[in-house]
Amino acid sequence: MKVKFLPFFLVILLIFVFFGFYKGLQNSNIYTPEVNLKKNIPSFTAKLLGVKNEISSKEIFKDDVYYLLNIWASWCVPCRDEHKFLMDFSKSEKIEIIGINYKDKIKNARNFLNELGNPYEIIISDLDGTLSIEWGAYGVPESYLIYNQKILKKVVGPISLNNFFEIKDLVK
Amino acid sequence: MTSTIGFYSLTFGLVCSFLIIFFSVKNFNNSQFFDNKILSITFLQFFFVTISFFSLILAFVYSDFSNETVFNHSHTTKPLFYKISGTWGNHEGSLLLWLLVLTFFIFVFLLKSQKQKKEYRILTSLIQQVIIIGFFFFLIKTSNPFNYIFPVPAQGLGLNPILQDPALAIHPPILYLGYVGSSIIFSSALAATTLNYVSKDWAKHIKQWVLVSWIFLTLGILLGSIWAYYELGWGGFWFWDPVENVSLMPWLALTTLLHCILVLEKKLLLSSWAIILSIATFTLSMSGTFLVRSGILNSVHTFANDPERGLYILIFLFCLIFLSLFIFFFFFKFEKKKKNLFWLSKETAILINNWFMMYFLSVVLIGTIYPIFLEVFSSEKISIGPPFYNKLIIPFLVPFLLAMAIGPKLKWIKSNFENKKHLILFFIISLLLSILIIRNLDISFLLNTVLVTSAFYLFFITSRDFFVKGFKRLSQNIAHFGFSLLILSILFNNIFSTEVISNLKLGETLENENFKIKFENIKEINEYNYKSIKGKFTVQDLNGSNEIMYPELRIYNQPNIVTSEADIKTNLLTDKFMTMNYIQNQDYFNIRYQVKPFMLWIWLSVLLICFGGLISFIKKYEG
Repeated sequence: MKVKFLPFFLVILLIFVFFGFYKGLQNSNIYTPEVNLKKNIPSFTAKLLGVKNEISSKEIFKDDVYYLLNIWASWCVPCRDEHKFLMDFSKSEKIEIIGINYKDKIKNARNFLNELGNPYEIIISDLDGTLSIEWGAYGVPESYLIYNQKILKKVVGPISLNNFFEIKDLVK
Repeated sequence: MTSTIGFYSLTFGLVCSFLIIFFSVKNFNNSQFFDNKILSITFLQFFFVTISFFSLILAFVYSDFSNETVFNHSHTTKPLFYKISGTWGNHEGSLLLWLLVLTFFIFVFLLKSQKQKKEYRILTSLIQQVIIIGFFFFLIKTSNPFNYIFPVPAQGLGLNPILQDPALAIHPPILYLGYVGSSIIFSSALAATTLNYVSKDWAKHIKQWVLVSWIFLTLGILLGSIWAYYELGWGGFWFWDPVENVSLMPWLALTTLLHCILVLEKKLLLSSWAIILSIATFTLSMSGTFLVRSGILNSVHTFANDPERGLYILIFLFCLIFLSLFIFFFFFKFEKKKKNLFWLSKETAILINNWFMMYFLSVVLIGTIYPIFLEVFSSEKISIGPPFYNKLIIPFLVPFLLAMAIGPKLKWIKSNFENKKHLILFFIISLLLSILIIRNLDISFLLNTVLVTSAFYLFFITSRDFFVKGFKRLSQNIAHFGFSLLILSILFNNIFSTEVISNLKLGETLENENFKIKFENIKEINEYNYKSIKGKFTVQDLNGSNEIMYPELRIYNQPNIVTSEADIKTNLLTDKFMTMNYIQNQDYFNIRYQVKPFMLWIWLSVLLICFGGLISFIKKYEG
């Protein structure tokens, strides 16, 4: 009985696989690396820096508020350059700054913030760098301006003076 | 001219197939002896396909742009070496290479199997011809390498520069020798099943083919992996990319088959395993061709996105699968009485090994095709990456390695625990050594210790065998020793690698607790067929040693593609690896610097594994 059932089952399975592939052939498979502008932000859950608690992206990003997501690390030199702009933004009430701490040691990250000040409302820890990949980051630093779950602007490298005014304009 | 010759000899080759089938059927019932006409026509077929293949090479060498394949994939400024390797660097040419190896292998098979039964030889040749005809039609109908273009273009479109590389020039032929070798195993297994000839003799005979395919498949995968390491610029050697997985799956099946054949040869056990794995290996090789060539996966291997081609291979593949299933279920004689295996014996160890391998195989299979199915049924696009495979494979690696260390120590049929004190001693040594290494590191202690312990254990046990056993079972010992070295190197490579990714401007310095990287300068050089942008970086280690790295960006003109050339400084213990990428509309360059220990040992241990297989092949050949 067992032997009779097995071929039958296999044939059904194979036919199913065949049609899966057949339909798959007709789909387009050209993925272009897209600039994530005007795109919905990725949803994720991640640990906060130095804490065991997990937080989901839905809890972080609310509608009707501007967010600046900043990917940084204590070992990253250009991050020091842009820090003054982040500190400035943090004083404004129109924008909230979220940090992603990228491949860093908690102790070093804390020292960095003690030295230069902490502009972040929330700091998410990204030890293995996978979260940053989801955002499409090239490296550190990188920043994303977010409004209503959409990415309005992406800055690769440290925020420059021009970027700073641009963002201020957008947030107004 | 060459195209005409090529096309006609291809057609003659197809005609040979029908002649072979005709004579085989006639010979099968009518005579006691093998009709040597079949051998001659098989040689003739091989000869015609060779002519066809060489005329394509000539068309590439002389840049004959009236040939569509040459036009699409070559360029007059390309170096001669890459003109030749360009012959199989494209869809049409690579299929012609498949066909060439197919016809060559069946000829060698008929030549080398003269002591075997007539019916078995004829039936194997018949099934092989079915596969060959399938490929002939596929080639002529959907991917003819000899299409004309008129008017003749003055210049070709060029070969994708990332394929212009010595390792990649020989990667496809070597890999194909492995893939196509599995077709002989497939045909022979089906023939043996039909004739009820699944026996010790058959196992002994087919073992040579299993070894040959296995050696070439392993080498082929190694070459592809080395290429990806230095050319794709991600700094890893295995990315669980679907295209890598499709070569890994036949390898897993073939490795399992190799062990089953050994049991079958000695003890006439696991015969159904052997047949199913023979079918699976070739089917997985074919599926690999389907997945890669149909463009259903998006990857560096996607040459052509022609749904018609994909459909043809798909139908052909499933015809072969159904044919083999039919033969298996109708002709295969299951062992009548279940022989009981003693739990502590070599047979049981190999059976356990089989189940582990099948588990790894299914993980890879699901990881590879699940995204395709998900997209079909829910139009959601996902890609499955290393975390999936790490989670599912790593925990099972531990018992697998332990079984691999102990298994070969056991005797056939029944063993006991006498004289096995050293097994326990080595285990304690491995455990202490791993704890010593892992203790001070900032990683999850338990998992890594257990992993490193089991890898060390296999390493010590196999090393000891070199001294105790000498040349006895040398091939197995070398291969298993190589495998333990491979796992150890991969583990240490993962644990001790350091990496920095950052965006740097000219003149800036990046500093972290391990090293200091300074972006010194940048140079533009105009080369023959590309423009090179070379960065100069000084990397200072904590211990003060200095290294100058020159990662490079190449902007090729034909076709217009930017590639990133990693600068790699290799020595016996560590690789230093740096790539540079251009970020659009910014003066920043994206820099990735990695220090990767034991990189060289990963390659060396795979070579060692191959070497083990080679020794086994030569030894059996002499005896």
